[in-house]
Amino acid sequence: MGKGRIVAGCIAPHPPHLVYAENPPQNEPVAEGGWEQLRWGYERLRASLADIDYDAIVLLSPHWQTYVGTHFLGLPHFEGLSVDPIFPNLFRYHYDMNVDVDLARAIHDEAEAAGLPVKMMENPDFRVDYGTITTGHLFNPDWDKPLVVISSNRSTAYYSVEVMQEIMIELGRVTRKAIEASGKKVVVLASNSLSHRHFTTESEVPEDMSKEHITSHAMHLWDMRMIDYMRSGQGQRILDEMPEFTEQAIAESDGGGLSWLLSTLDVPDYPAILHGYGTIIGTGNAVVEWPCHAHEVNEQ
Amino acid sequence: MSEGSVVASFVVPVHPHTVLAPDQNPGWQNLRNAFDEAAQTIRDLDADLLIVYSTTWPSIIGHQIQADPNPEWVMVDHDFHDLGSIPYSFNIDATFAHAWDDANRARGLQSRCVNYKGFPIDVGSVVALTLLNPDNSIPAVIVSSNMYANRNETTVLAKSCLDVVKAQGRRAVAITAMSLSNRMFTDFIQPEADKIHSLKDDEWNRKILEFLEQGRMEDVGQLSRTIHQQIRVQKVVAFKPMWWLSAMNGNRNDLTGRVLAYEAIHGAGGAVVHMDPTPSGVGDKEYDEDDVEYFHGERGVLDAGGEQVDDHAESQLAPEAAEATGSGPALWEPVEGEDAVNTDTAPKPVGAYPHARRVGDMLYLSGVGPRQPGTNAIPGGPIHDENGEPLEYDIQAQTRAVVNNVERVLIEAGGSLENVVDVTSFLVDMKRDFAGYNEVWAETLGKVGPTRTTLAIRSLPTPIAVEMKVVAHLPK
Repeated sequence: MGKGRIVAGCIAPHPPHLVYAENPPQNEPVAEGGWEQLRWGYERLRASLADIDYDAIVLLSPHWQTYVGTHFLGLPHFEGLSVDPIFPNLFRYHYDMNVDVDLARAIHDEAEAAGLPVKMMENPDFRVDYGTITTGHLFNPDWDKPLVVISSNRSTAYYSVEVMQEIMIELGRVTRKAIEASGKKVVVLASNSLSHRHFTTESEVPEDMSKEHITSHAMHLWDMRMIDYMRSGQGQRILDEMPEFTEQAIAESDGGGLSWLLSTLDVPDYPAILHGYGTIIGTGNAVVEWPCHAHEVNEQ
Repeated sequence: MSEGSVVASFVVPVHPHTVLAPDQNPGWQNLRNAFDEAAQTIRDLDADLLIVYSTTWPSIIGHQIQADPNPEWVMVDHDFHDLGSIPYSFNIDATFAHAWDDANRARGLQSRCVNYKGFPIDVGSVVALTLLNPDNSIPAVIVSSNMYANRNETTVLAKSCLDVVKAQGRRAVAITAMSLSNRMFTDFIQPEADKIHSLKDDEWNRKILEFLEQGRMEDVGQLSRTIHQQIRVQKVVAFKPMWWLSAMNGNRNDLTGRVLAYEAIHGAGGAVVHMDPTPSGVGDKEYDEDDVEYFHGERGVLDAGGEQVDDHAESQLAPEAAEATGSGPALWEPVEGEDAVNTDTAPKPVGAYPHARRVGDMLYLSGVGPRQPGTNAIPGGPIHDENGEPLEYDIQAQTRAVVNNVERVLIEAGGSLENVVDVTSFLVDMKRDFAGYNEVWAETLGKVGPTRTTLAIRSLPTPIAVEMKVVAHLPK
């Protein structure tokens, strides 16, 4: 068995509006479109990876929120109906997904050995969170790759962004280690918005794009600053500014996904590809790819 | 039908241990026993409605109300999935839910009902309804906790709920599904090792329970922000259920409280508390926060640039152009003239006239309504929406605002309310509003003693219920 590797790392936002706007057969509500910039961004991401062979997707979702440790889906198959408790008018999705339990267990075990509190989720009645499903659908609509799903430990809420980053950097390190030991080729996804201040009202037609804009200028500036760092290969600077970004942009990085992603990628110093940016009910969202495969080729 | 009321209130914990594993820890069993006692109390009270405000159902777009008459699913907790699953099949009062939703809108709240198969009812609601209403004999309603809502919004949410409780003559039980201190252990523990996370959390919890046991619900509401800072992990929903529960009880401090149990659940403070509306001997205390009847919120947020742009445009544009920027009549700059009295502190006219005109020692005011200068907002709420659909409004708040606007014009002219000698009042709904209007009159202009004539009219140019035509004697 050869050494496993991460072929790509991505920020892949999960507002259910994107699935709603696309009208896939799995989702019950019907839309007239909307949020095209981001959906086209996902299209470009999929095209970018179309010729890249990989075995599994490892995804961290901030909508599986755990306060006691980090959890991993631990059964091979989940199916059911996911209804977003916040936007049930937009997202009622019939999901059917497979889990790479071996890889999940491997990451779990590495994390446990490193001293992180972890648990496998083995209750068959468990309903998979809508963040996982939204990102899972938009990244891979055919659902033909198994997933490893990691919960979002709420250590930012319990302690601070700094403590969260320590935990997530360690979790990212052991994720990478387990992937390398598995011999598998893997895409890692942080299901994650950037600035995250929502509107508290919804237009009569949710997909009315004349109502969509960033909540405030400050949020826009923070989003662009982070995207600039991504595009210029300054991964470490993102980690360095994470506390200020998370606090001032009320960023969804509080869930740890972005810190974990950068750590799994060994804090990339090569440019990421921005496939799309757009706002969803006032929040800032980017579809970004770190093309690790190309980077590795270049190194050889 | 007699007027409805809240016959009891309960604080209950949210985690699934009391349903799935009470036998694993004596404290969890104690809480379970307290749930059972609370359920018996509710039955004994002949309650006909359970209203659950759940902190584990956060919402973003206003508040959401469960309106599926029979939601069924299997709930598995995100953290404690290894304890097992809780199947549920609840009896939801969809009629009440829709009426509450309507009442919310009438009071300016963003609100919607949810009725979708498979909607994931949150753990706090599932635990509360499973244990407090085990045979589903009492219909229930569940409302979310908006993550951005402040005290005003949460208070208005309770008032609109009370509107419906009273109108439907219900015997309602108000329930908050919540932790006290919510800091859990961040590692896995054996059930027998459970305890409150820290001594500080325990001391704050006991102080909260001491207040509640003395019936001092409103005091806990007013301490809510402090409590949140001291013993609450800053999760998405703050310690706001006490705002809602206090408002459901009329913001009182003389309830009769009883703590049925207080224990730890994985480090968090869990309590079952019964608040009886019967006045206790402690005596009511001051209510020193702003009361609010109508929520004005950030409802223009979807309109890029929003009100500030309109405000600016208003002063720059001709009235015909200004009219195109809003749904009501155009606002005009007050007409200037040698004897005219105009002020920026009064609402802009809806036609070409001054706020007032002086003739000798007499000051004649143009008709004055309750609209607020600058924002054009109507205290107490508009009487109908943009489509002409009637809305609930507060005539007393509108009348006070009218008197305040009258006073502003008089002050600009160098006088005060004391100078008013004659008033003609116009009401659009005499039957509904006369009593409330008359009460405010007695508290304000009634003490000055002008003559008064009150007329019923069909409508006014803006969606207001009251306007006054005032004459003042104002010697130079």
